[in-house]
Amino acid sequence: MSPAITPVAGRPGSRILSVGSYLPSRVVGNDEISALIDSSDQWIRERSGISERRRASADETVASMATEAATKAIARAGIDPSEISMVLVATVTHPFQTPAAATEVAFRVGAVNAAASDLGAACAGFCYAIGVADSLIRAGTSKYVLVIGAEKFSDFVSWSDRGTAFIFGDGAGAVLLGPSDIPRVGPVIWGADGGQIDVITMSQSWTDYRDNPGEHYPHLTMQGQTVFRWAISEVSKVTQRAIDAAGITSADLAAFVPHQANMRITDALVRTLKLPEHVVIARDIKTSGNTSAASIPLALDHLLEAGEVTSGGLALLVGFGAGLAFAAQVVEIP
Amino acid sequence: MSQQILEGLAAIVNEVAGTPVADITPDKAFIDDLDIDSLSMVEVVMACEDKFGVSIPDGEVKNLKTVGDAVAFIEKASLTA
Repeated sequence: MSPAITPVAGRPGSRILSVGSYLPSRVVGNDEISALIDSSDQWIRERSGISERRRASADETVASMATEAATKAIARAGIDPSEISMVLVATVTHPFQTPAAATEVAFRVGAVNAAASDLGAACAGFCYAIGVADSLIRAGTSKYVLVIGAEKFSDFVSWSDRGTAFIFGDGAGAVLLGPSDIPRVGPVIWGADGGQIDVITMSQSWTDYRDNPGEHYPHLTMQGQTVFRWAISEVSKVTQRAIDAAGITSADLAAFVPHQANMRITDALVRTLKLPEHVVIARDIKTSGNTSAASIPLALDHLLEAGEVTSGGLALLVGFGAGLAFAAQVVEIP
Repeated sequence: MSQQILEGLAAIVNEVAGTPVADITPDKAFIDDLDIDSLSMVEVVMACEDKFGVSIPDGEVKNLKTVGDAVAFIEKASLTA
C-alpha cells in the first residue's frame, strides 16, 4: 500500500483585495472607424452604445498592458509581489502560442515565487479566472492570486468587417485575490457550448492561413444576431443562477458589472433581470469599447475611480463570449 | 391573414421600438419602415416565440422582411406546432 499523501488545509473563502487597470492613450472615435466600413457615428452608437475605444501602439502588448494594470492592483493591495503564488492572465490576443503572457507579467511585476499561466475563455475569461483563483485559495493551494484580463483585439480584427470593426478596443484590468475568513467571492456558475463554436470564431486557423494565405490573416468573425439572442436568453439565466448560488437577491446588489459586449446587450440583461433602481450598472463600453477579457475589471476600476460604487458592496459579474463560454459570480467590491 | 397574430405582433413591435400600433400594417418592412434594426429584430422574434409558442430559427429571421412575412410565418408555424 502506498503511503498517504499529506492533505492540504483549505480556507473558508477568498476576497478581491484590489483592482487596477490600464488603457492605451490613443483614442479612436467612431468617425475614424466608420470611414472604413461605410457607416456613421450615429449608426455605431445606436447599435452598440460605443462612442470611442482605445487602441494600443506597436510597443503596447498584451503582456505590457497586463503588467501596468497588475502593478496598480498590487500597489493598492499593499502586498509584496513575492507573496503571490499564481498569476493568471485571461487573454485570447497574446500573439505567441508559447510562452504564456502570464510568465512575462509575473517576472515584470516581481512575482518571483508565482506559477504563471494564461487562460483562454475569450470574453468569459476574467470570470473564469476569478472562479479558478477562488478555488485555488479555498483549496489552500494559493494564498494570493493575481488575475488579469488583457486584450489587444486591434491585432485580430478586420477593419473592413462591418460586424466587428467598431466594437473592439484594447486594454487591461487586474485584481489581486487573497484569503478571507468568510466567502467574499460567490460560487462561480460557468459553462460552454461547443455546439456553437462557429458563432464567434476566427476567420481561419493559422495552419490554414499558412497553406492558403488569403487577403487578411486570421481575424475575429461574429454572428451578431445569434450572439445577441444567446446573451439575452441564456446569459440572463446564468446571472440569476449566480445570484441564487450566492444566497442573496438582486436587491442586495450594489452593482452589475457585465462583460461590456454591447450596450444593447447590457440594456436587455438589465430588463430581463429586473434589477432594482439602486443597482449601479457598468456602462464602460461607451468609452472603452468591448475589451473582451479586460472589460469587467476595467469597468469595475472605472466605477471605483468615479466613486459610483464603494468598497464592501456586492457586485454581480458575468462574462460571456466565444465558445460560447460563460461565467458569473457575485463578489464583494474591494 | 390572422388579425389576432397581426395585433399581437404590432404590440410587440410597439414595445420594442416605440412605433405607433396603427403604423404597423402587413406591407411595412421592419428595417426600412418601422425603425427596427437587426438587434431589435432579435428582440421582436424572441417575444413572438414567447407569445405565440412557435420557434423562429436564426436562419429564418432574414426572410421575415415585412410584418406580413412574419404574420404568415407565425400562422404556418402555429398550425404545424
